[in-house]
Amino acid sequence: MTAFTVVTAGSAPGLPVPATPKQVPHRGGEANPSAEALRAKFGGAILRVEVVWGETNVIVAMDRALEIIRWLHDDPSQSYEYLSDVTAVEFRDSTLPIEVIWHLRSIKHRRFLRLKGMIATGQPLAAPSVYDIYKGADWLERECYDMFGIVFEGHPDLRRILLWEQYAEGFPLRKDFPLRGRFSRAEQLRQALAANPEARYSMEELSVADAYAELPQDMRARIKGGESTGE
Amino acid sequence: MATKRTVEVELSTTGIGADGRPQRVPLVAGGDGGVALQAPPGIEPDLEGEHMLINIGPQHPATHGVLRLVLELDGETVVRCIPHIGYLHCGFEKIGEYRQYNQIIPWTDRDDYLNCVGNNIAFAMGAEKLFGIEITPRCTVLRVIGMELSRIISHLVWMGTTCIDIGAYTPFLWSFQERENVYNLFEGWVGARLTTSASRVGGMAADIPDGWLDGLKAFVRSFPKTLDECDRVVTKNGIWVGRTVGIGVMSPEEALNYGLSGPMLRASGVDYDVRKDFPYLDYETYDFEVPVGVHGDVYDRYLVRMEEMRQSVRIVEQAIARLPDGPVNVDDPRVILPPKHKATSEMESMIHHFKNVMEGPRPAPGEAYVAVEAPKGEKGYYMVSDGSAKPVRWRIRPPSFVNLSAIPKMVEGHLLSDVIAINASIDIVMGEIDR
Repeated sequence: MTAFTVVTAGSAPGLPVPATPKQVPHRGGEANPSAEALRAKFGGAILRVEVVWGETNVIVAMDRALEIIRWLHDDPSQSYEYLSDVTAVEFRDSTLPIEVIWHLRSIKHRRFLRLKGMIATGQPLAAPSVYDIYKGADWLERECYDMFGIVFEGHPDLRRILLWEQYAEGFPLRKDFPLRGRFSRAEQLRQALAANPEARYSMEELSVADAYAELPQDMRARIKGGESTGE
Repeated sequence: MATKRTVEVELSTTGIGADGRPQRVPLVAGGDGGVALQAPPGIEPDLEGEHMLINIGPQHPATHGVLRLVLELDGETVVRCIPHIGYLHCGFEKIGEYRQYNQIIPWTDRDDYLNCVGNNIAFAMGAEKLFGIEITPRCTVLRVIGMELSRIISHLVWMGTTCIDIGAYTPFLWSFQERENVYNLFEGWVGARLTTSASRVGGMAADIPDGWLDGLKAFVRSFPKTLDECDRVVTKNGIWVGRTVGIGVMSPEEALNYGLSGPMLRASGVDYDVRKDFPYLDYETYDFEVPVGVHGDVYDRYLVRMEEMRQSVRIVEQAIARLPDGPVNVDDPRVILPPKHKATSEMESMIHHFKNVMEGPRPAPGEAYVAVEAPKGEKGYYMVSDGSAKPVRWRIRPPSFVNLSAIPKMVEGHLLSDVIAINASIDIVMGEIDR
């Protein structure tokens, strides 16, 4: 096949051949060099660096997280061009803060970095959105909002993604959310039966420009007549 | 807002470009005997600039599951695409917080149900990281075999269903026949075909039975022939090329920025493969190549997946040759049950068995993110332990979820029929997207 180029492990210049990690200690070990660079660059905004099972955690001040991630993405000595994941962790011990987690990868330097921002108990659940830096954060942040209720400030379209937009029971991955849901089975069934399935197909909800005039006559009449779109 | 548009009729045939790659060659109108490419101005229809909304799915075979796409069309061209997902959501991650580590493994079957063994192994690798366990050499090689076989069957399903979407039926039958052979192998290994639950923390559910390797060798011999047949039928087929070349193009920068992974990313020319860049299971010691595309379109994604299957066969061949003897499970009483005959005859073993099953093994507090190169891309399992037998948080990083999030970008400006080809090229599994 002429259409392919061949990649060989360790071919990147100046980098050691990567190998499967063996005998990884629980705590300690060699930290990702980016952690030291972050300390030098941002000083006090880097609250803590720890190495757990060979992965480097950098705990950053939430109000400077966006700036830090932007630098990690843009700076050629770091070039974390790939966002693996955005997620959050809430502990069973409710006095511990909720952690917002960014898993970043530098493909160029073959590095993996975990950034953490902490939301202390009682603080508003908010984190900066990295959508401007990584388009891939779009759905990941929406899912995190859907499951935890964390508001990603600056996200252009933050709404529920896996659950439906009228979902009223709260945020399922929070620890105060019971495994079977807040509502009884009977109430869940009642709501499901009472929902207007047409609403999920309503064009009004899609907010398509100029679409209202193009709706079929009967549908326009129904929306004008006050038929709700499932709210 | 009425706009007037011309109707462009592109008549094309298939040719071979300078780089040896099939491409569409437009039929140019030349002289008297040429083909009229544009309708004469007199009969040009005066189209109103009305946009139409159409809804594909969630119950449509071409959406490969319960995906719903709302498309705003200008004529037949897609102006906007709004994907709706979540129809299969059942809260895997929440349920995982109420299960011991070994009890989560059956749930990993059900997230990406075309790559069950791969998911089982990836999850077990994550849990072993939390426990600080090094698996045995035999287990490492068996896991590589399992991972590559599941890559092959996942790509086979992808190829079969995509061929059906685009209008070919025969490769579907051929690929599903080969897939059946792999499922027979899995059945012989762990007793289940689709939902295998093949791994355990610290090892596998079972060692391979006697004679199993002969079946695997027979598959490894016969499978490349089927692949060549599909290659001959599809790769330079005029309809296939016309439907896929230049469709849904993502540049390398866009592909990285959108977080694409796996064949989607490599078709765009980014040489990121977890097996090469962040190796696990000793992948660095296997001799295989990673196909990287150039154009980032549906056709290159097809080429990349075809080549990946060939490379997987190479890896399996090497794994068969090096499979060492020895135990499959680690000798670690924290996670491994005592032999059944001892558990039913010795008091200590019975207590050990009881405590392991009822209370479950407890890893030290900490967290681990394990990413593997799944057929769809970078599949990550992130788990956080607070020292109890159940994880505080179990996160699945689903590759097809992130890949699918780029679909509005990819289909924009393409024809409605191309949406089907682009959606097929992403290789989505809704079980993994909705979880």
